Amino acid sequence: MSEPIIYDISVSGRQAVSLPACDVPKAKLPDELLRSDLDLPEVSELQVVRHFVNLSRKNFAIDRNFYPLGSCTMKYNPKINEDTARLPGFAHLHPLTDEAESQGVLSLMYTLQTWLAEVSGFSAVSLVPAAGAQGELAGILMIRAYHRERGDDKRVKILVPNSAHGTNPATVTMVGFQAVELPSDEDGNVDLDALKAACDDTVAGMMITVPSTLGLFDRNILEVIRLVHECGGLMYMDGANMNALMGIVKPAALGFDVMHYNLHKTFSTPHGGGGPGCGAVGVNVKLTPYLPGPIAAIVDSDLEKPAPLYGLIMPEKSIGRLKAFHGNVGMFIRAYTYIRSYGGNGLREVSRHAVLNANYIRARLHDEYTVPYDRYCAHEFVMEGRFEGVDGVHALDISKRLMDYGIHPPTNYFPLIVPEALLIEPTETEDKATLDEFIDVMKKIAEEAKTQPDLLTNAPHTTEIRRVDEVRAAKQLVLCCRPVPEWDVKDEKKEDTKA
Amino acid sequence: MSYIPHTDLERQQMLAAIGAPTIEDLFEAVPAAHRFPALDIPPALSEMEIMAELQALAEANDHAGDFALFRGAGAYHHFVPSIVNHMLLRGEFYTAYTPYQPEVSQGTLQAIFEYQSMMVQLTGMDAANASHYDGATSLAEAVTVAVEVARHKRSKILLSPNIHPHYRAVVRTYHQGGSLTITGDDAPRTTAELAEQIDDQTAMVAVGYPNFFGQIEDIRLVAEKAHAAGALLVVVANPIMLALFKSPGELGADITVGEGQPLGIPLSYGGPYLGYFACREEYVRKIAGRIVGETVDQNGKRAFVMTLRPREQDIRREKATSNICTNQGLMALAATLYLATMGKSGLKQAAELCYHKAHYLADSIDDLASYTVDRSLPFFHEFVVKCPRPVKEINTALLKHGIIGGVDLGADYPTLTDHMLLCVTEMNSKAEMDRLVETLKEAR
Repeated sequence: MSEPIIYDISVSGRQAVSLPACDVPKAKLPDELLRSDLDLPEVSELQVVRHFVNLSRKNFAIDRNFYPLGSCTMKYNPKINEDTARLPGFAHLHPLTDEAESQGVLSLMYTLQTWLAEVSGFSAVSLVPAAGAQGELAGILMIRAYHRERGDDKRVKILVPNSAHGTNPATVTMVGFQAVELPSDEDGNVDLDALKAACDDTVAGMMITVPSTLGLFDRNILEVIRLVHECGGLMYMDGANMNALMGIVKPAALGFDVMHYNLHKTFSTPHGGGGPGCGAVGVNVKLTPYLPGPIAAIVDSDLEKPAPLYGLIMPEKSIGRLKAFHGNVGMFIRAYTYIRSYGGNGLREVSRHAVLNANYIRARLHDEYTVPYDRYCAHEFVMEGRFEGVDGVHALDISKRLMDYGIHPPTNYFPLIVPEALLIEPTETEDKATLDEFIDVMKKIAEEAKTQPDLLTNAPHTTEIRRVDEVRAAKQLVLCCRPVPEWDVKDEKKEDTKA
Repeated sequence: MSYIPHTDLERQQMLAAIGAPTIEDLFEAVPAAHRFPALDIPPALSEMEIMAELQALAEANDHAGDFALFRGAGAYHHFVPSIVNHMLLRGEFYTAYTPYQPEVSQGTLQAIFEYQSMMVQLTGMDAANASHYDGATSLAEAVTVAVEVARHKRSKILLSPNIHPHYRAVVRTYHQGGSLTITGDDAPRTTAELAEQIDDQTAMVAVGYPNFFGQIEDIRLVAEKAHAAGALLVVVANPIMLALFKSPGELGADITVGEGQPLGIPLSYGGPYLGYFACREEYVRKIAGRIVGETVDQNGKRAFVMTLRPREQDIRREKATSNICTNQGLMALAATLYLATMGKSGLKQAAELCYHKAHYLADSIDDLASYTVDRSLPFFHEFVVKCPRPVKEINTALLKHGIIGGVDLGADYPTLTDHMLLCVTEMNSKAEMDRLVETLKEAR
């Protein structure tokens, strides 16, 4: 059933909330500055509850469905994390509370920085970036600042493999650098000859995802890092796939200079239907002075007190602030809770089982589907969503058909270098029965593609809405359900623009 | 604690299917010298032990649950109706991904559409996106839009010195690699003095509404000057104030951005918050971030979908103007829930309570000898007080009486040494305010 827009169930004069009476004498309001009306819904509390419960039921979610969305690490989001993040001592703590009065949260931040540094082998971590993309921005700004500090202003190129996330080249442009795309070889590794040709004294660095977006450990990674370092560039690791690496290998030990973590992928903080996340960045000693701040630090060991006094500092040559305050602290608390749940050895088990699950699906589907790089994969693998002799069926159709079986589609059409790509990441929290069911469904869909392709090309059949008209959405823009307010000034402005 | 469900038998069966003798063999491509390092992280704890540890850390903070809080400066302690949290904790919302697959994401998509609709009403703009990281990054992204609108032919960005210092810092961080001149905030300036700085090289001018000091400046004056010079006006607005005061759209803003945290989101030591971003129709195709539009499915049934996608980084790659991907989706849902529950009259009542209480406190402090409230402009729920002693000393005295006092302005504004920025919301009772005044009197 379609759920009305909240404005459509609004009744003039209704109110859900009651507030206390004003307990002070009322001040005079400046009438000339006040607005005449505000068009917000007028509904009861029960109406709000039913409306949003009904909306929630229209979503696939980890709590309902298997969600093998490659490069997104849709693992189970532990419930205790939601409780710890909501403890009053965190939830009601003002960001500008004096350091002496916020030792609990500062201690948590300091410890989390230390643990994240230990997982990656880096010497320092800033938790400030709000998402992976902001972590990338921080990383490339640090690389820029590092070269400029040394007077090396000609370095303006960042090498980016053609399998990279779109955020990588977009970040490079944001910083005012040029993205130089590198091809991959037939095994999915960076093409070393192309890399050698691109390495010169204009290279500021390279951004690379490990394991790659194809779900592969690049066999030449040490050579790649050596070549870039040799020409004076720095190495940025996109940590989106860190779920394959915990206790397996430390990026800093491989030679990386900087990376971002996605706490909303590897460390189980929920995706929230599109955020909030946290894209903390880790760096080696070279880049430590440039970290975005503020970061938690031990600022004083007061002899009067048994515990060290934690504080917030701006690193010496910091690229600056990325957010108004200290980052998405609610995500720090969830990630801290998660790491505390597993311990160091447990984190290694996470990565081992994430990789086991992905290889199990790969091994059991590679007869029915083309797996272009059919070797041991990391925590995810890519296969082609197309079949020989069946022209009309695409990766998108397989994705949509999965919905009819109650499974969220894998990432499709990414990475761009695999035709009709389906990127499958099961994560470690799924049990064998769930994987077996997915495998059976995928085999059935492969069969349907050959015998009844319409079942795929018209899919989904069982969802409340069918495929949507995206062209209409973009051409006849409807972004708001109410008439937009009309002001005289707007018309004047439009005439100005014409003039 | 572990959330890994595998049994030994299952592991053996899976390895057999893969054809690998052990799990370790799956990592043969990882350089052998660096494989399987030890992790110096304390061993796992049970759920009970973790909760006890986290409770202790939480209680080692002086928070608004235990103290009377009079601090704002960009983060505000407001009443949040119970249902907001209950709905946010629906797993169907918070354990879903970005709604790239509309057939199985209509819940999130419709909620964002409703969020956009409410933000349009609140700001008086034509369209809103699905969020940025916080108010500061919304402002930084507005700069990018203004430069695009000016087709890179204008490079001057005017920021009022009365915008939150951290917001101005974030704008500079974001744009340090570009060739923009970010200025206007190098010295104290009135609204009129700022407007005088607008010229034909100015891509945009940004002002606060209210400004960092809680004051309501003459936005129309800046709008007129900006538009006459062909520059955009960006207004950084507090959304609670907009329930009561004229919208930025009505005053001539081209883009309105700000911190959505006051709309049902807890203080949480600074995040996660909600950067809202709204603009006039002509700029919609130039803004960053996700946007949800209404359309129909193949049966003609109403449906919602992320639209204008070719602006985004996953499609446009190095030609995208912003790299934003993950945003603050669940926080936008919190704001939607809050606005729906507070509704037309509830939100206005909350804003009025803020206004009246703040003015009661300001009047009471003004009556004290040695304290002076800045009355040079009208204010909403924050105001500046000149104190007879360093703010730090006063705050120490207040803390002893269970009060967290205002922000010390001297750190960011050298001319405002010994000046305190106080904030009052509907959460502050008359008794708390009287206690604050009494303590200030003693602390002279």
